[in-house]
Amino acid sequence: MSTSARYWREIPQRYRYEGAKCKSCGKISFPPRVVCKSCGGREFEKVELAKQGKLLTHTVIRVGPSQFADQTPYAVGVAELDDGVRMTAMIADVDFEELKVGMPVKLEFRKVRDEGEAGIICYGYKFVPVR
Amino acid sequence: MAGIIGYGAYVPRNRIKVEEIAKVWGADAPSYKKGLMLREKSVPSPDQDVITMSVEATRHALTRCGIDPQKIGAVYIGSESHPYAVKPSGTVVAEAIGATPDCHCVDFEFACKAGSEAMFVCMGLVDAGAIEYGLAIGADTSQGAPGDALEYSAAAGAAAYIIGPGDGVAKMLATHSFMTDTPDFWRREYMHYPRHAGRFTGEPAYFKHVTGCAKAMLEKTNSKPSDYAYAVFHQPNGKFPMRVGQQLGFTKEQIEPGWLAPTLGNTYSGSSPMGLTATLDIAEPGDKIFMVSYGSGAGSDGFVFEATDELPKMRVKAPFTRTLLDEHKVYIDYGTYTKYRGKIRKGE
Repeated sequence: MSTSARYWREIPQRYRYEGAKCKSCGKISFPPRVVCKSCGGREFEKVELAKQGKLLTHTVIRVGPSQFADQTPYAVGVAELDDGVRMTAMIADVDFEELKVGMPVKLEFRKVRDEGEAGIICYGYKFVPVR
Repeated sequence: MAGIIGYGAYVPRNRIKVEEIAKVWGADAPSYKKGLMLREKSVPSPDQDVITMSVEATRHALTRCGIDPQKIGAVYIGSESHPYAVKPSGTVVAEAIGATPDCHCVDFEFACKAGSEAMFVCMGLVDAGAIEYGLAIGADTSQGAPGDALEYSAAAGAAAYIIGPGDGVAKMLATHSFMTDTPDFWRREYMHYPRHAGRFTGEPAYFKHVTGCAKAMLEKTNSKPSDYAYAVFHQPNGKFPMRVGQQLGFTKEQIEPGWLAPTLGNTYSGSSPMGLTATLDIAEPGDKIFMVSYGSGAGSDGFVFEATDELPKMRVKAPFTRTLLDEHKVYIDYGTYTKYRGKIRKGE
């Protein structure tokens, strides 16, 4: 079954990295939330996340789920962006020996997966090293 | 007239050398390198396609000019490797850069000329006052059949131009298009790879149209090759643009800054637009730039640009094309290349 509807709902986050900034305490949630986990505020403004950050942790996936099997081995990491938001993403264009906590990374627009040869192509963000 | 307000390029980091392809097919690498004047080419990763490269090239262009993407009234992508047969590339790019919903999106196709025709149409719409800014992209993950001569050159890359009113970083002084029906290179529906007519792609196709367009442009502008600081021609390989440029009276020094093919390959719709980005990276205010694209089938779009005082301060805000081309590249073997390009038939 196609995941078009779900993919479409996530476009603002996956394409434009849109988060929600709490109008009460300033905490940025990504993806956006209904209630601020920091202060319980319910009013937010849309913000675009910082495009760069530093890797907090990383791993290499050698046995991936079926949709990603052709991409193995691939790296995944959690990075803290320059605005303090933490996000998880695949790390592209990296040699595994380069991976290091604190490594500067930036967000780049990539294909994340597809639904076979006849299905939709799902785009989104990946980290790439800042060289 | 309209001008280039911002520009950007994108090159994947993978490269494959001519020797690596030649050894698989028992071909003579030195003669290919000499004949094509080409040493290596770019290869997209499996997670890169026309859409992803277009988005990144456009982000570089937006970084340079700093305009509000909501003011972009048209997103036109020229390519012969759009990821979908039915579903536009333009809407994905427009959504990713924040130009939706009040914009017009079209995917253009005209073999290797689709990028320059996107530029041409954007300039016309801006001049007509129909849009404030237009985004014109030339991008391809070019196809070449295994073992075919095209496999040595078919490469990947993108160039994006934001066209707007006024002079911008380069004002457009003139344009001209030159077209005939010439069946030199084609790909039929459902075919994976294009076919071509061998040597027929040269004199009656590439050289006739590029020369015809260039001569008409020189006549229209009452100028001669020595009036220009730089010249950019479509680059199906390294040899053709250098030869056609010199036949027209341009010098090697005028052509070389935008001559990317020897280490980039042929990025099809991205070819001459990418050459123009590399030229804008070094042009000085007042420099005139002559550009002629070529698309099989066949036709050429020609442009004359003049760099403005804005160019030097704006271009440093995003990576230069030569930096993207020359730094941090990774060489892959033929097996990896075939996997990346989806040339291996797998089991169900």
